[in-house]
Amino acid sequence: MEQIDITITVIDREGVAHELTVPTDMGMNLMEVCNGNELGVEGTCGGMALCASCQCYVESNHKLHEPSDDELNMLDQTFFVQDNSRLGCQIKMTNDLDGLVVRIAPKGE
Amino acid sequence: MSIIINHPFYAHLQPIMIETDILIIGAGPVGLFTVFEAGLLKLKCHIIDVLPEPGGQLTEVYPKKPIYDIPGFPSVLAGDLVHNLMKQIEPFKPGFTLGEKVEQLEQLSDCKFIITTSKGTQVKAPCVFIAAGLGCFEPKRPPISNIRDFEDKGIDYVIREPEKYRNKTVVISGGGDSALDWTIFLADVAKKVTMVHRRDSFRGHLDSVEKVMDLAKRGVIDVITEAEIVGVAGSDALETVTIKKNSGESFDIVAENWMPLYGLSPMLGPIAEWGLNLDKKSILVDTRDYSTNIKGIYAIGDINEYEGKLKLILCGFHETTIAVQSAFAICYPDKKRQFKYTTVAGVEGF
Ligand SMILES: Cc1cc2nc3c(=O)[nH]c(=O)nc-3n(C[C@H](O)[C@H](O)[C@H](O)COP(=O)(O)OP(=O)(O)OC[C@H]3O[C@@H](n4cnc5c(N)ncnc54)[C@H](O)[C@@H]3O)c2cc1C
Repeated sequence: MEQIDITITVIDREGVAHELTVPTDMGMNLMEVCNGNELGVEGTCGGMALCASCQCYVESNHKLHEPSDDELNMLDQTFFVQDNSRLGCQIKMTNDLDGLVVRIAPKGE
Repeated sequence: MSIIINHPFYAHLQPIMIETDILIIGAGPVGLFTVFEAGLLKLKCHIIDVLPEPGGQLTEVYPKKPIYDIPGFPSVLAGDLVHNLMKQIEPFKPGFTLGEKVEQLEQLSDCKFIITTSKGTQVKAPCVFIAAGLGCFEPKRPPISNIRDFEDKGIDYVIREPEKYRNKTVVISGGGDSALDWTIFLADVAKKVTMVHRRDSFRGHLDSVEKVMDLAKRGVIDVITEAEIVGVAGSDALETVTIKKNSGESFDIVAENWMPLYGLSPMLGPIAEWGLNLDKKSILVDTRDYSTNIKGIYAIGDINEYEGKLKLILCGFHETTIAVQSAFAICYPDKKRQFKYTTVAGVEGF
C-alpha cells in the first residue's frame, strides 16, 4: 500500500522540536502544517510566497525543489535569511520528505 | 503628537477639523464598501489609510492576482476589484486622507469620537468603523538593535524626496524592483550610491537588473553582493553602516543615508491601545451588528474576530452592511428607516 503519512520535525522559535505526522495526500504545504499545529507561523498571504511569515531553515539533507523566482524575490525582502532558508508555503508535503527537519526562522518586528 | 498639535501655540497650524458621520480606518475593500452601504442610508464617510492608494491588501500585496470568490465575478483581478469599488462609491463622495496613520482616538462628552493621524489631521464623527485588516502597512525594519536611533537621521524606509540625497553618500539595500529602481535613479543624484544585496544575483525587471550591473561595471555605483547590513553608527546622525559578507568578514562603509527597502508588512499598532476587547491581534465583536465593546465603534473585515470568522472579502462586505444599520441608529436616534432594495430606490448620491 502507498504510504500516505510522513513524519517531520519542526523546531519552533523557542527551540522546542515537534515531531509531526503529516498526510501527503491532502496537498498540504509546510506553512499549513505549522499553522495547523499552532507553531506560531502566520502565513499572512495564505501561501502565495508573498509575505515570508513562514520562513524556515531546512536542517536535514533532503533535496528540495529549487525555489521559484517569486520565492527568491520574497526572501530578498526578508531578514534572518540563510543559505538554507525556504518559505514553508512553497514546500509541499510529499513522501520523499519523510524525516524532514526544519527550524522556524525568527520573526521580524 | 496630538499634545503638540493641540497646544495653543500651534493653533495657527492646526488643520481644520473634518466632520463626518462615519470615520473609516482602512481603505481596504471592506472600508471602501462601507461608504456604499452607509451612503444608501445617507450617512457620510471619511476614510483614512496609511497607504498612498486605496485597496488595502489587494493593492499592496496582490494587485495582479485573480480572485475567484467574489459573487457574480467568476474571476476578477484584485486591482480591478478596487477600481470598481472606487467607482461604486463615487456617488457618495467620501473624503480620503491617504498616507497618514491613525494614531489616536478620544471620546468627547457628547459621545462623538476624534481621531488624530500621524500628520495631525483630525476627524470628528459619532461612529468609527475599524476596517484595519491585518493592520497598518508599515515598512519592514531590519533587526538591528539601535536602528531606531537613526530613523529620520539618515535612515529612511520610504523615499519621498529624492532631492534630499543630492551629493550624499547613500547605501541602498533590499530586494525587489524598488531597490533596483532607486539605485538607478539616485546614481545621478547622490555623491555615491552603494547597493548591498544578500545574494549574488538580482530578481527584478531584467532591464533594471542590467542597468544596475552596467552602472557598477562603469564604476558609477558600488554593488556589494552576498552581504548584509548588520550595524549602524554615528554620533548624532548616521555616519557608517557595518556590512557583513556571507563569508563571515565584516567592515564599515561611510553612509550619510541608508534606505532599507524590504517592502511593507502589516502591524496592528495604536488600535491595540484603545481599550477594545481583543483576541490576539483581532478585535472582538458582537455578530448582531459587528459592534465592539465601545458603543459607536465597529470592527469589520479582517480585523475582527468572532466564532466562525473567515477572513474573506465577501464576509467583510456582509459585516459592514449589517454594521451601518446599527450606526444609523447612533447617528439618527430619532429617525426610523425603511429598508429598501437598490433596484427600488436606486443609488442617490450626495
Ligand atoms: C495573497 C492574498 C490572497 C487573497 N485572496 C483572497 C481571495 O481569493 N478571496 C478573498 O475573499 N480574500 C482573499 N484574501 C484576503 C483579503 O485580501 C482580505 O480578506 C481583505 O483584504 C480584507 O479587507 P479589509 O478591508 O478588511 O482589510 P485590508 O485589505 O487589510 O485593508 C486594511 C487597510 O487598513 C489600513 N490601516 C490599518 N491600520 C491603520 C491605521 N492605524 N492607520 C491608517 N491605516 C490603517 C492598512 O494600511 C490597510 O490598507 C487574500 C489575501 C492575500 C494576502
